[in-house]
Amino acid sequence: MTISPCLRRMLVLFLLAWLPLAASAQDDDGQQLLQSLDAASFTQMGEAIEAIITSGDERSRGWLEALLDGKLQRHKETGRFVVVLENRGRDWPVADALTGEAIGEMSRRDLDRLGINNALRGQLQSALAVLDLHVPETRDRREAARALLGDVDASLVEPLEAVIRVEEDAEVRRLLEQGLAIHRLEQGSLEAVASLQGSLNNRVRAALNSAARSDDPALAEAASVALADIEQQMKLNRGLETLYFGLSLGSVLVLAAIGLAITFGVMGVINMAHGELIMLGAYTTWAMQQLLPGQPGLAMVLSIPAGFLVAALAGIAIERGVIQFLKGRPLETLLATFGVSLILQQLVRTVISPLNRTVVTPEWMSGSIMINEGLSLTLNRLYVLGFALVVFAGLMLVMRRTRLGLEVRAVTQNRAMARSMGIRATRVDIMTFALGSGVAGLAGVALSQLTNVGPNLGQNYIIDSFMVVVFGGVGNLWGTLVAGLSLGVINQVLEPWAGAVLAKILVLVFIILFIQKRPRGLFPQKGRAAEG
Amino acid sequence: MHSSTSWLARPFRERATQLFLGILLASLATVTLLNLALPAGHPLHVSTYTVTLLGKYLSYALLAVAVDLVWGYLGILSLGHGAFFALGGYAMGMYLMRQIGDRGTYGDPVLPDFMVFLDWDSLPWYWLGFDMAWFAFLMVLLAPGLLALVFGFLAFRSRVTGVYLSIITQALTFALMLAFFRNEMGFGGNNGLTDFKELLGFDLRSDATRLGLFLATGIALALGYVLCRAIVASKLGRVSVATRDAEARTRFLGYRVERFQLFIFVVSAMLAGVAGALYVPQVGIINPSEFSPIFSIEIVLWVALGGRATLYGAVIGAILVNYAKTVFTGVMPDAWLFALGGLFVLVTVLLPKGIAGLLAYRVNPQRSARKPDDPSTSPREVSA
Amino acid sequence: MSFLQSLTDRERVFDFLIPASSPVDVRHGPILYLEDVTVSFDGFKAINDLNLTIDDGELRCIIGPNGAGKTTMMDIITGKTRPDRGSVWFGSRHNLLAMNEPDIASLGIGRKFQKPTVFEALTVFENLELAMAADKRILPTLTARMTGETRDRIEEVLVTIGLTELRQRPAGILSHGQKQWLEIGMLLMQRPRLLLVDEPVAGMTEQEMERTAELLTGLAGKGKQSVVVVEHDMGFVRSIARTVTVLHQGSVLAEGSMDQVSNDPKVVEVYLGADPDEEAA
Repeated sequence: MTISPCLRRMLVLFLLAWLPLAASAQDDDGQQLLQSLDAASFTQMGEAIEAIITSGDERSRGWLEALLDGKLQRHKETGRFVVVLENRGRDWPVADALTGEAIGEMSRRDLDRLGINNALRGQLQSALAVLDLHVPETRDRREAARALLGDVDASLVEPLEAVIRVEEDAEVRRLLEQGLAIHRLEQGSLEAVASLQGSLNNRVRAALNSAARSDDPALAEAASVALADIEQQMKLNRGLETLYFGLSLGSVLVLAAIGLAITFGVMGVINMAHGELIMLGAYTTWAMQQLLPGQPGLAMVLSIPAGFLVAALAGIAIERGVIQFLKGRPLETLLATFGVSLILQQLVRTVISPLNRTVVTPEWMSGSIMINEGLSLTLNRLYVLGFALVVFAGLMLVMRRTRLGLEVRAVTQNRAMARSMGIRATRVDIMTFALGSGVAGLAGVALSQLTNVGPNLGQNYIIDSFMVVVFGGVGNLWGTLVAGLSLGVINQVLEPWAGAVLAKILVLVFIILFIQKRPRGLFPQKGRAAEG
Repeated sequence: MHSSTSWLARPFRERATQLFLGILLASLATVTLLNLALPAGHPLHVSTYTVTLLGKYLSYALLAVAVDLVWGYLGILSLGHGAFFALGGYAMGMYLMRQIGDRGTYGDPVLPDFMVFLDWDSLPWYWLGFDMAWFAFLMVLLAPGLLALVFGFLAFRSRVTGVYLSIITQALTFALMLAFFRNEMGFGGNNGLTDFKELLGFDLRSDATRLGLFLATGIALALGYVLCRAIVASKLGRVSVATRDAEARTRFLGYRVERFQLFIFVVSAMLAGVAGALYVPQVGIINPSEFSPIFSIEIVLWVALGGRATLYGAVIGAILVNYAKTVFTGVMPDAWLFALGGLFVLVTVLLPKGIAGLLAYRVNPQRSARKPDDPSTSPREVSA
Repeated sequence: MSFLQSLTDRERVFDFLIPASSPVDVRHGPILYLEDVTVSFDGFKAINDLNLTIDDGELRCIIGPNGAGKTTMMDIITGKTRPDRGSVWFGSRHNLLAMNEPDIASLGIGRKFQKPTVFEALTVFENLELAMAADKRILPTLTARMTGETRDRIEEVLVTIGLTELRQRPAGILSHGQKQWLEIGMLLMQRPRLLLVDEPVAGMTEQEMERTAELLTGLAGKGKQSVVVVEHDMGFVRSIARTVTVLHQGSVLAEGSMDQVSNDPKVVEVYLGADPDEEAA
């Protein structure tokens, strides 16, 4: 949320331009405040700056910044105060300091600069810093206080202490106290170390680091101890962060694989077009956003049922059009569905575009949650993780608690017997395949928030998905969950040590070796039915 | 079939093999003649470009024969045979890189250009020896053979078969592709190995060398075909078919099934390696895309289209599909994947015996109406 | 298993891949011992403290209701299933629990499956050829030639099983009964010391059944083969049986002649009594 000063200034000017009525009421006060700046002595000028700060005028930031940059100037003839927008060349574009309106160009010779000295510069800088601590929004004040860490100098000590006395938010107070402590630490104060203990802020660590090298042995010692403590905390943070990224990657794998666990694990159908069903789900999200421009959140929510439906329908088409003719011939099914995957990919390339499409992340999914100074969790990944768990729980419910689930399990275990009991096996096949495919669509909706949506999206996940299912144990949804999450974490743990590509290779090799050792995966199905 | 002749001589006494070899050798001779004897402007002249294209098809055909040996006769659907092909290709590519000598862009007498570019100061140990042709050619066989030996040893010992094996072979080639994409591997990364100059002292750009490579590939295909035919027609071939159709039963007859599987798998991998080695000097480049799972599955399609468990079907399929690919990608590049995808679906659903099945039906409708040597109709152990 | 071990494993092959040089030691009488064998699947005890002894040259029938553990017992003897407990010996020299399926087959134990399993894509002749006792390592198999002797042996068996006319036809076209016969023929080709025959007459006509009975009784004898038959068809069992073993819930319930067994009140209760149709059949 840090906005560059220049941008902020423009924002202020922009706002002012839209408030002519409010501005006109304030114009007299404003003119007076500016007039007092144009004083004879620097002492008077300092007082005038004080007055501007205390006035609470929302234009004061703009004035002070302009003054600091030497861009607040007075038109010699009219006495009108202007802000120079661009001081290059002979004629400068300027804006009226009171209204913020751009009023064309003025010759530099017609303008008088309000000059300042070093003392005033310092006063202005700290004043500007403190100014942000007066805004009503708590979040912005925290942001401002954090920005001050490491930038506190002697001139700021007093105003900051004043702010701390009136500040209501504990977090802002804590940050400001840390800021002051860093300043005191730089002055060699031993007590300051104690108040910096446990902070994970970079500036704090930098300050402690330089203190640890100080000539004062006691101070150096205390700072080193504090640093070691912080380092410990950081390690924990990094561990947690790896775990979070691992679980996030794992949840993606689970989402991508869980549909496959249904079609492959339960039905024994190898669907190489599974990845493309995921892709269809992702494209559905994109299409939804095109249909509802400007409402990415609503589009996102609607994509969930829509993505499921689109992929499920595509799945039914694949089942009816191809797979039903290849019953009991798994290797042929593999080849035929691979053909389907090529067709779907090319279809997307031809009809939509070979290039990646951008899917907007809705407001409520962007940003991150800050756990502490060194650890923040990105929201979109958190949502996807939660979504994966919800989808998993939903699938478990369907398989365990519904008539469909019962029939699916019956058909899986003994097709002939199930049929003789009046279960329509063909219908169960269609429904199961539609369910597995629909879940792939859901995976696509979720993935659209994390990766590029393009024709190759599915291809990137198909091998991983099969690996997860095989690793977890075919026909076992829990196995898929455990396998997906653990492979995600393993991958993330290996990554800093081996690099992304090598980590992936190692995971693949690991699974290949694992399958040799336990051909039926982590959680094998047991008993006679499993013998094949 | 149950002759008392030596196993290697057996194929030459089969009419079908005689016919196949006759057609192949006649085609080689015809192409050579049309290329050499006719002037460039003549309508029947076969340009050197076309000769090289045909040479590429022939190396693909050899690769398809290798895949048919394991899939058609052993029932193992390998989705990773592209890896063996590529390894053979890389072994050849490494030899060709060393042959460049100081004629590279950077003029380093030892290091290939990409290593100079990466600031390496010496050859990695696994590049040593590749300046010698005999060593490189040995590696063309050994590199894929060893990979197949280790992978197959582990897989067959644990009785990983059926779709599981297919999936992990796919993972194998995918992992290798990722590995070869890495610059640190020392195989040229993304760009692979290219800019070859000469092979055994022959200039790779000369028309004569190109024709020679085409003929060598044709001969290699003939030899590979005869070798596979000899294996298939031997008792070992029958054990292989028995394994394909009823693995457990074969075991109870006293055959150590996993060793037979391993033997055939390794032979097939080596043949694939030879195919790759012949492919590389003709196309002039080898890069990690040959490891891509898509390529490996495509090989299987060639075999399926031609008709598996026939060997000659694999040759027909490989040439047809690749000819179609050349034509399509030239005229309508967008339509190619549609055509390829459609072919996958149509062949598996409507033409399970492939073109060879159609041919057999034309030749002898009654015989082929009976249950022939057809894996797709016999009951198999489905491990899914 | 480490690579090194597998190398030693390779060594081990040489001992018994030449069956003639590895005689089964039957000087003490029995050719097969099963002692205290127990195996369970997911807590269900398919075989429970099973003790069984088959003498050399004996023809033994094993009966028992479905789920009594008959097929599992065969799986254990042939190395397909490993028991949780117990010991299985072939003669007094070979511990079957330490071997895998091909080893056990090479040792001279042949098995006919409940569901006839022949190689459908191969001809009848080729099926027998593969089954024939021979050096079954890779290279000898690759270079194997058809000698007059082996051809004669195959023709001989073809006559025995009555499939001479069909010898060049794929096994896939045979009728159910013919497949049963072919599988018995494959067993004969193996020249086993011990034949395990699972439901040999299922799906056969009355005449075929008679011929099968003749064949099996002709096979068994001192110094020849020992035969273990698992069968549901009581009429067939009665026609061939000298000794009958009744299995129930994974252990031996009764053993003796057909008359002794069928009069045993325990047997009548759990098997014959529980399913009178079986006896009628």
